[in-house]
Amino acid sequence: MEQFWEFLSFSEPNIRYVTFGSILLCGSAAVVGSFIFLKKKALVGDAVAHAVLPGVCLGFLLAGNKNPVLLVTGAFVTGWLSLVAIDYISAKSKIKEDTAIGLILSVFFGIGILLLTYIQHSGNAAQSGLDHFLFGKAAAMVSSDLNVFSGIAFMLIIAVVLFFKEFTLISFDIDFAKTIGFPVRRLELVLTTLTVLAIVAGIQAIGVVLMAAILITPAAAARFWTDNLKKMVFLSAAFGGVSGFAGAFISYAAPAMPTGPWIVMVISVIALFSFFFAPQKGIVMKLISRKKMENQIREENILKLLFQLGQKDGNYFQQRSVNEILAKRPFKPKQLISGLARLKKQGFLENGDGRWKFTRAGQKKGARMVKLHRLWEVYLTRYLRIASDHVHEDAETIEHIITPDLEAKLEKLLEYPVKDPHQSDIPYL
Amino acid sequence: MIQQVEDPAVEVHDLTVTYHKKPVLWDIDLTLPKGAIIGIIGPNGAGKSTLIKAIMNLIPHGSGYVKIFNRDIDEVRDKVSYVPQKESVDWDFPASVMDVVLMGRYAKLGLFKRPRKADKEVALDCLKKVGMDAYKSRQIAQLSGGQQQRVFLARALAQEADIYFMDEPFAGVDAATETAIIELLREMSEKGKTVVVIHHDIQSAMEYFNWIVLLNMRLVASGPTAQTLIPSLLEETYGGKLTLLAEVGNLMQKTEFTGRDKR
Repeated sequence: MEQFWEFLSFSEPNIRYVTFGSILLCGSAAVVGSFIFLKKKALVGDAVAHAVLPGVCLGFLLAGNKNPVLLVTGAFVTGWLSLVAIDYISAKSKIKEDTAIGLILSVFFGIGILLLTYIQHSGNAAQSGLDHFLFGKAAAMVSSDLNVFSGIAFMLIIAVVLFFKEFTLISFDIDFAKTIGFPVRRLELVLTTLTVLAIVAGIQAIGVVLMAAILITPAAAARFWTDNLKKMVFLSAAFGGVSGFAGAFISYAAPAMPTGPWIVMVISVIALFSFFFAPQKGIVMKLISRKKMENQIREENILKLLFQLGQKDGNYFQQRSVNEILAKRPFKPKQLISGLARLKKQGFLENGDGRWKFTRAGQKKGARMVKLHRLWEVYLTRYLRIASDHVHEDAETIEHIITPDLEAKLEKLLEYPVKDPHQSDIPYL
Repeated sequence: MIQQVEDPAVEVHDLTVTYHKKPVLWDIDLTLPKGAIIGIIGPNGAGKSTLIKAIMNLIPHGSGYVKIFNRDIDEVRDKVSYVPQKESVDWDFPASVMDVVLMGRYAKLGLFKRPRKADKEVALDCLKKVGMDAYKSRQIAQLSGGQQQRVFLARALAQEADIYFMDEPFAGVDAATETAIIELLREMSEKGKTVVVIHHDIQSAMEYFNWIVLLNMRLVASGPTAQTLIPSLLEETYGGKLTLLAEVGNLMQKTEFTGRDKR
């Protein structure tokens, strides 16, 4: 904990740089990644991330040291080459794109590892730390690296802001973009270049192996929270930034740990949380609203049943025991009791010594349910020509989703019928 | 029955389109009149979409050329609107109805410029014309098939073009949408716009179109509806592929035959 506060105080200028750098790198990668995600090119991103490794090694071999400009240039060249190779193979041969991606990823990464091993055994003292490019080490970035990487990250964000409309169009409907005369090929070239650059900028902090995660996962997580593209890109950047921040802290607190996996852990937790808890789209929220619906249906069924019993006996406000209700309709006893309790809380029922009866409001709601059920039966027999002995099942479900608006329309359309197809009275309260 | 017209909206000259070396359209040569509602009709796999895409220059021509208003397509892009099949895009994309219709203004805006207030008003107006103005803020994933088609149509209207190419606008839409669309097409034609529509149903084609193109890998007919939608020509169109033509096509694919391709 103490360590965390010390980290947060940013007393060491290097911590400041590294933290700021990581946030910017991850955030900008997430912004560019949003369009990769929308274009459904996630796997291509992964292949390019792996394919920059041989470039990094070649850059090192050329420079003889870890000159960031040469490393970045090398990475950029092989990253690009891998993209061209994937496109060429899938366009010109019988090999499909997924196979081409798999091939290119492994070939380039394999060559990268070969070169890395060669460099590590070459006896060049400057090579120490080059293996950080595999899994990332944010704290290993010195200010000259940071200048280069942050410069790239800034440029990425500016480019996406500038090309926002164009990237949106080519992600949604590329044929339409071509027909209105947009330079689609060049726009795709720009987006591809930005992708490669985002990967190149991030490899020091995250590493080539896991770079694809920071490109794609923030966008996937953000998609759960919004249907608005601008908001999605913002959220994606924020998620990326948070994981970058976490990565910087870990890198500082536990120097032996590689940063990449930790950044990926953090962004994955954010993604998992979104997957389960995002409003509307999250799985848990969907389950909760389904449960609510089930409860509502059960409550309405109880009220409907009590009203039917009242109609039969001519006394709507008679107290009835749980067994009496169960004898009429086989609810699950536990669910019936919890439903009765909820209805009491809502003010539709009252109870005394284990027996239940309507309040005025409850009677009215019960009457409405019976009315909707019977109106729907009338509608089905009249307008869909369904036999009267076939309409009950359908009405059992439909009665719960008819809105007051539809209710009024139904009444008017059917001209307020008094009897349902089974000659039972339709109550209007 | 292939009738040519003077001063055509579209001229397709001896166009052959190949897919992986195999010709899918053979020597199409036709002219289409201005201001007409034109139906392109033929069986599945006849190359109807391919023809439109080739006219729009979305796929390369094997040989031949296309002129629109007597110009190269790239010179008149602002006068041409293309409505792709609605299945060609992912409707789960994070965009609203308004966002999609505004895309119809992008050509007029050019690169890097944001839609202006005037563009939004045009877009809203176009949404009104297709009866979708109440849905302008709706997420596109929530639309029905018919509504998706109307949105695509509104986007096309927002382009304010002179000629419209529509790929199966009546596929998978409800009857009300179909009526609304054909009404709109008639209105456009009255204003002198040319509308080219890929269509499946011969019954309604009689009533919808005043010019018909019958297609089955080769051009069977092109002319006024009354003279083209006749049993003998329909039989020729739907009576199956010409087996010799298909065999030659397969042979060209197998032998990597390159004589036809330009480059």
